Amino acid sequence: MSTAYQIVVCGSIVPDPLQTLEPIASPAGPALKNEMMLPAVLDPWAGHALYEAAALAKSQPGSKVWLVSLGPKAKLQQVMMTIAQKVPFELVALDGSASGFTDATDTAAALAEAIAAIPGLDKSKLLVFGGWESASRGAGATMQMVGERLGILDQFQGVDRLTVNVDGSLEILERIEGGKHQVSKCAGAPALLGWATGNLPEPKNNPQVGMVNMRSVMPALQKARPVKFAGDGLAFASVALPKQLRETQVVKDKLPDDIAKEIVEWIKQ
Amino acid sequence: MKVVAEKKPSRTPATPATLATLPSDDVRQIMWRFTERYELQMLVQSARGVARGPVARLVAAGGRNSHEWTKEKNSLLQYYDESGITAASLEPEQGGYIAGPKNLALALLAFELAWVDAGAATGSLAGNLGLAPIHERGTPAQCEKYVAGAAPVKAGEDRQQVRAAFALTEPIPFVGVETGMLAGKVRVAGWKDGEEPLLQVEKRGRFITNMGFANVVTAAVDSDDPRIKGSCMVILEEGDPGIWDRGTPTKKLVHQLSSTNDPIFNLKVPAHRIVGGYTVKDGVIIPNFSHSEIIQAVFRRTRVTVGLMTSAKLLSAVEPVILYQRRRFRGGEGAPGTPRYELGIQQKEDALLRLVDVWATGEASASLGFEAARLFDELDPLEREKDRLLAEKNLTGRAAVKEMTRAQNEALALLETGKTSDDLLVKYARLDSLANVLCPACKLWNTGHGANMMREAVSLMGGYGVTEECPGFLGQKWMDAQLEATYEGPEAVQRMQLSLTMTNALFLAQFRQWIKEMRALGSERPGTGACALANAMRLWLWTINHVQTATDADGTKLYHKTRQGVTFPLADVLCWLLAARQFILDVMELDTKGAENPALAGGLAGTVNFFSDLCHVQCARAAGETGRVCAEIVHGYNRHPVWNQKSCHACYCAEELSSLEGLIPGIDGSARAYSDVSETGEDHPCKAGPCVSFAGLEEFALLRAKLDGCLTGCRLAKDRAADALTKVMTREALDYPA
Repeated sequence: MSTAYQIVVCGSIVPDPLQTLEPIASPAGPALKNEMMLPAVLDPWAGHALYEAAALAKSQPGSKVWLVSLGPKAKLQQVMMTIAQKVPFELVALDGSASGFTDATDTAAALAEAIAAIPGLDKSKLLVFGGWESASRGAGATMQMVGERLGILDQFQGVDRLTVNVDGSLEILERIEGGKHQVSKCAGAPALLGWATGNLPEPKNNPQVGMVNMRSVMPALQKARPVKFAGDGLAFASVALPKQLRETQVVKDKLPDDIAKEIVEWIKQ
Repeated sequence: MKVVAEKKPSRTPATPATLATLPSDDVRQIMWRFTERYELQMLVQSARGVARGPVARLVAAGGRNSHEWTKEKNSLLQYYDESGITAASLEPEQGGYIAGPKNLALALLAFELAWVDAGAATGSLAGNLGLAPIHERGTPAQCEKYVAGAAPVKAGEDRQQVRAAFALTEPIPFVGVETGMLAGKVRVAGWKDGEEPLLQVEKRGRFITNMGFANVVTAAVDSDDPRIKGSCMVILEEGDPGIWDRGTPTKKLVHQLSSTNDPIFNLKVPAHRIVGGYTVKDGVIIPNFSHSEIIQAVFRRTRVTVGLMTSAKLLSAVEPVILYQRRRFRGGEGAPGTPRYELGIQQKEDALLRLVDVWATGEASASLGFEAARLFDELDPLEREKDRLLAEKNLTGRAAVKEMTRAQNEALALLETGKTSDDLLVKYARLDSLANVLCPACKLWNTGHGANMMREAVSLMGGYGVTEECPGFLGQKWMDAQLEATYEGPEAVQRMQLSLTMTNALFLAQFRQWIKEMRALGSERPGTGACALANAMRLWLWTINHVQTATDADGTKLYHKTRQGVTFPLADVLCWLLAARQFILDVMELDTKGAENPALAGGLAGTVNFFSDLCHVQCARAAGETGRVCAEIVHGYNRHPVWNQKSCHACYCAEELSSLEGLIPGIDGSARAYSDVSETGEDHPCKAGPCVSFAGLEEFALLRAKLDGCLTGCRLAKDRAADALTKVMTREALDYPA
C-alpha cells in the first residue's frame, strides 16, 4: 500500500564550515564576526533530512515536500541557488535570524506556526523532518518543541533510516548510546523525525530541477514573513568555539600493538 | 575563544571601512550583472560543485599527468551532463534550460571551471564549439539532429549522445610536405541525376579538442573540385564510410583535462551535411556559407570565454596566496599573537603590493570579459534580426554593405547629437563596433597579460608555486594561461583585428564619450583613478589620431597594417584602458545596487572602498603603459637630431653666457634650462645630439605631463589595498583539494 505523505522539512542555513568563525558581542547579543557576509550553506543535518524526504516522496507517489526555512531572506536566496537544484520541494520562507544564538523555544514556535499555516495540510499524512543536530549551535530541542506545538506525539531523534512498511506503518532506525541503533515502529503519520546522517549521498546539482523549484522559491522568498524574536530572559554568559585538541608526539620504532593500546588509553581518558 | 567586546567609538577620525571578507556571490552577481538571472546563479553553483569536486580531485590525484584521454578524464563528461553544464548551451526546446542568448551563461561556466582547471573548462566548452557552426548557421534539420542530439540522454531514451569536435586546423609546420595537401579538401564523389551529391571529404586535423571521444566533427574544407564553389564546413559522423582515425594525442603540457588529438578523416558524406545547406546553380554546388563566414560568427563569441578562463585563475590565486603568506612561519619560532605568527610573509610590503597587482588585474580582466559576454547577449538577437531584415530587402554583397554603412553613419550622427534611434540596424551598428573591439581586447589582454600576472602569483608562493602540491594549482594555471593566450587565435591575430577595428569611427565616437564619462566619475569618485584613466584615454586618442597621418623619419606612413610596431602596441594599450574602465563601472554598479541587498549592508562600504583602491591601482598601471607606449610611438619614429655645423652653432657658449650674466642677470641658468650650452673647449655638449624640440607635438607633451601628475595618490591607494590584505577574513582552508 502506498501512502501519499506531506513531508515538511525544517532546515535553515549556517555559515560555510570552512570559514573562520569568530564570536563577537553585538548589541543584539552574541554573533559571529561578519556573519551576514560569510557564505552560507544549508545546515548539513537539515540537508540529510531534506534528501531523505525527497527520496521518500519519490518512492511514495503523490507525496510532496516542503522546506520550511527560517533565516535572513537574502542569505536564504543565495543558498537556494544550490539547494533548489538538488531535489524538488516547495519553499516556505520565514525572514528572521538563523543565528545559533536565538532561543530554541522562539524558533520552534515560529516554525510550528509556519507549518500549521501551509494550505491544505492534512495532519494524517504529515511527516515533519529536521536535523537532530545543527552545525551552528545545536540546542538539541528545537525539533521536539516543533512536534509538541503541532501535537505530534510520535517523535524519533537521531534517525538513520526510515522504512515504510506494506501496511503503512513506519519502521525507524534511531541512534542510541554506545554507537548502537534501536528499531522503533509506529502506526504511521503524523510523526516527527530528527535525522542524523541518514544514508543517502548528497544529490548532484541539476539546474533543470532548480528551474522548476524556482517558480515557487522566488515568490516564497518575496512574501517571506518577518520573524522577530524578543529573546526575553535569554542571556549568554560566554560564547566559545570548540577548542581544537592536538597533541603531537614523535615516536620511533613503536610496535603497532603498542600504538593501538596507547590510542585506546587516550580514548578512555 | 571568549566573546570579544566591540570597541567603544574613538575620538580620533574614523578609519575608512575596508574589506572584511573576500567578495561573496552577492557581490559578483551585482558587479557582473546577473542578480536577476536565477538560472545563471544556479549554473554557477552547479559548475562550481563540479569544478571544486570531481575536477579538483582528479587534478589533485595527478589526473593531468598524461596526454591520453583516460577513463578518469572521461568520467568528467558524466558530471558535466548531470550538472547541466552540457545542456547550458542548448535551447530549452533542444533539452537546455536557459532561454535566449547564452554568452554570459557560458562565460560564467568557463569562469567557474577554470577557477580550478581550465582544461576542464575547455573540454566542456569544446563540445559547444563543435556544435557552434551548426548552432550559428546550420539548417533547422541539422540543428534538430546534432544540437538537440547533444542533450544528455534521459532515462528511457534510446540514442547516442552527440559529442562534437571542431576541426579548423592550420597546416602542420615542419613536416616537409606541401601544406596544401594537408588542408581539408572536399570533392564530388558521386552525383547521379536527380539525386543528392555525395561528397568526398579529406581532412587532417591538428590540436583538435575532444577528438579522443567525439562522434561528430564539424570540419572546415576547401573545394578541390570545380563542381563545388569555395569553402564550407561539413559535418562528419563516426561511422561514415571511409577513414575515421582519431590520431595520436597531442603531447601538450597544458589543459590536460581536455582531449586533444591530431585526427585524419577521409570520408564519404551526403551533401546535406554542408553546414547551412547549399544551392545548385549551373551544375555547381554553392554552399550557403563559406567556412570563414561560419568561423567568424563562432570565434567572435567563444574567444570571450577563453579570456575569462585566465581571469578566473588570477582571482582564484588570491586566497591561496593569502593563506600561504599568513601561515608561512607557523610551526617555527613565533607564538600565536606575534606578527611573525599571524602575518607571516604579509609583514613584508612587497609581497602585499604584488598580490594587489595580481588581484587588480584579475578584477579588471573579469570585468572586461563579462562586459564583452553581456554585449554579445545583446548583440545576438539584433544580429539575427539584421540578417532577416537584409534578406527581406534582398540586400546582399555590396548592397548590404551600403545599407550597413548608412546605419553606421546614422549611428555616428546620433552619438554626436546625443539622440537615440529605434532603427534596429543603427543599434546593431553601434554595438557591433564595440563587439569588434571588446572581443579581441578581452582575448588578448586577459590571456596575454594575465599569463604574465599568473607568473607573479606563482612567484608569491615561493618554491611551493611550482610544485603539484601548490594550493590552488597555481603552477598548472600559469602554464595553462599560456595556452589560453594562444588557442582560438593567438595574440598576433587579436592585435591584428584590433588594429583594424579600433580606428572605426563609430567606436572612436563612443570612446570619446567614455572619456567624458570617466572624467565625470572622477569628479564624483576621485578615489577610483577615473580621472587619470580619462587622461590616459585622451593621450591614446591623441596618439591614434596622430599616427593616422604622421610619417616616420623616412616619410613612410606610421599607421599601416604591416607596421605592427605602431599598430600592435596601441592595440595593447587600448586593452589596458578598456579593462580599467569596465572595472570602475562594475565597482560603481556595486556601490549603487549593493545597498539593496541586506546581506551586503554591513560590509558594502568596505568592499567598495577596497575595490576603488584596486581601480586606482589598475588605472595608474594603465596610465603608465599608455604614457610609455604612446611616447615611444610619437617620438620614436623621428630621427634624433645630430651634431652638425648648424646645431653646434646654435649652442650657447658657456663663456659667452658668463659674460652676459652681468648685463642680463639669470641668463646663464635660463639658457641651460631651455637650450644646449657648450662648455669651454667643446664644439657641443657631451651628449647624443641637440635636445629634441616638440614642435607640432606640444599638445602631446602637455597631455603626457598632465598624465604623470594624475598618478598622484595612486601609491597611497595601493598601500591601503595592501593593508586590507592583512586584515581580510579568509577560509580556514580552500574549498577544493590540492
